[in-house]
Amino acid sequence: MEKVIEIQHLSKSFGTHEVLKDINFSVKKGEVVSIIGSSGSGKSTLLRCVNLLEQPSGGEIIYKGENILDDKHDINKFRTKLGMVFQHFNLFNNLNVLGNCTVGQIQVLKRSKEEAEKIALKYLTQVGMEKFVNAKPKHLSGGQKQRVAIARALSMEPDVMLFDEPTSALDPEMVGEVLKVMKELAESGLTMIIVTHEMEFAREVSDRVIFMDKGLIAEEGTPDEIFQNPKEERTKEFLKRTLKL
Amino acid sequence: MSFLTTVWEILIVYWPMFLRGAGTTLLIALVGTIIGAIIGLLIGVVRTIPTPEKGIKKIFLKFVNVIFSIYIEVFRGTPMMVQAMVIFYGTASIFHIRPNIMMAAFFIVSINTGAYMAEIVRGGIISIDKGQFEAARAIGMNHIQTMKNIVLPQVIRNILPATGNEFVINIKDTSVLNVIAVTELYFASSSIVGTNLLFFETFFITCIIYLILTFTTTRILRFFERKLDGPDTFIMAGNQMQVKLPTDLGGK
Repeated sequence: MEKVIEIQHLSKSFGTHEVLKDINFSVKKGEVVSIIGSSGSGKSTLLRCVNLLEQPSGGEIIYKGENILDDKHDINKFRTKLGMVFQHFNLFNNLNVLGNCTVGQIQVLKRSKEEAEKIALKYLTQVGMEKFVNAKPKHLSGGQKQRVAIARALSMEPDVMLFDEPTSALDPEMVGEVLKVMKELAESGLTMIIVTHEMEFAREVSDRVIFMDKGLIAEEGTPDEIFQNPKEERTKEFLKRTLKL
Repeated sequence: MSFLTTVWEILIVYWPMFLRGAGTTLLIALVGTIIGAIIGLLIGVVRTIPTPEKGIKKIFLKFVNVIFSIYIEVFRGTPMMVQAMVIFYGTASIFHIRPNIMMAAFFIVSINTGAYMAEIVRGGIISIDKGQFEAARAIGMNHIQTMKNIVLPQVIRNILPATGNEFVINIKDTSVLNVIAVTELYFASSSIVGTNLLFFETFFITCIIYLILTFTTTRILRFFERKLDGPDTFIMAGNQMQVKLPTDLGGK
């Protein structure tokens, strides 16, 4: 299978604090990769570096055979190929649900309004939010907002979806509806990179799990390898702490 | 009783002058506030452009920001009456032309308001949570697209009360423009007093007119604010019909 995106020797420092050190991994088409690890291990920073919301300090991000960290690359064009879902939803408060899903298509992808609305409605239906097209974000619950945020990202028809702790800011009873949508997406063959604290979910949907610790990839493998037979002491300790709950 | 009678008599004789003065005042305040708000929005957008780490663009942005800072400090830091004198007579002595008085009035009030609005807009932009900027960047929008589609519509809503405040201040402060002989309400009142010498009664009327102008302005703005906010709750039943036809959606 072809690699959609490849990260090589990626590093990131905030001042003198080194958050990421020499990260190497790649994601194949249709693959679902979960990144787990304790808080402060650099997983969110890694995800934010992939779509350049944080400028990496070093290394390469290879997309379609080209290093997008070259000066000549159009970052905004690259970003349209990556769908990002944030922990705090980050919906556009001035636009209704439909507007949230069409503004990027119309402004950036230059689609016509009719086409954009058709595509938006398709993905809103997929996440079960088609009845709320005219609602403003202030009218929605957390789970509903996150489902709209997923539809907004999908509407750009990206090659890879990035999820940055999509359920961490939700009330417990709303976590399920978002995970259900994500599971359906994973099964539909979408390429996904998910930073999550939901171990059960990661185990269930992932093709590969990456365990990060102190800015490094400590262990990488299939869900069974990581959750059943972790090799590294750090992984064992982390899983013991989180799965006990 | 005689006081009110006198007031009435003044009104009957001089109402066209009062009306014209009030009209001029309102026109200058309105034009000044609108152009000032546009200046403020433009400066706000430019000042929030993320600065690149190196290159000619960084130097250029830095230079532009210094110019803006000087503009804001100068016009916020000096009285409008003095600005009016300097600009009006300055143009006259440097270019040897006598500026059109109304144009000069629009210009002075606009750039004065712009200096205040620039800071108000900057505050408004900062108050939009960072997440929405990030979400806009994440779907590939550039600074201008983000500002136009996401940030400014929210900023305009948020700064509306402050803009209304500026408008009210402008209605009152256009009175200082009488120093360059703009025939606004205060100038008109002074002229009337010059012929009838009834200071108290005449300026009592002036006072009432200013109050009516500012009061109606604030009410109208409040109405717009509520209109922009939309309803607090979402009724799904009213929307289900529209879901069926995608082409019907999004239309106002």
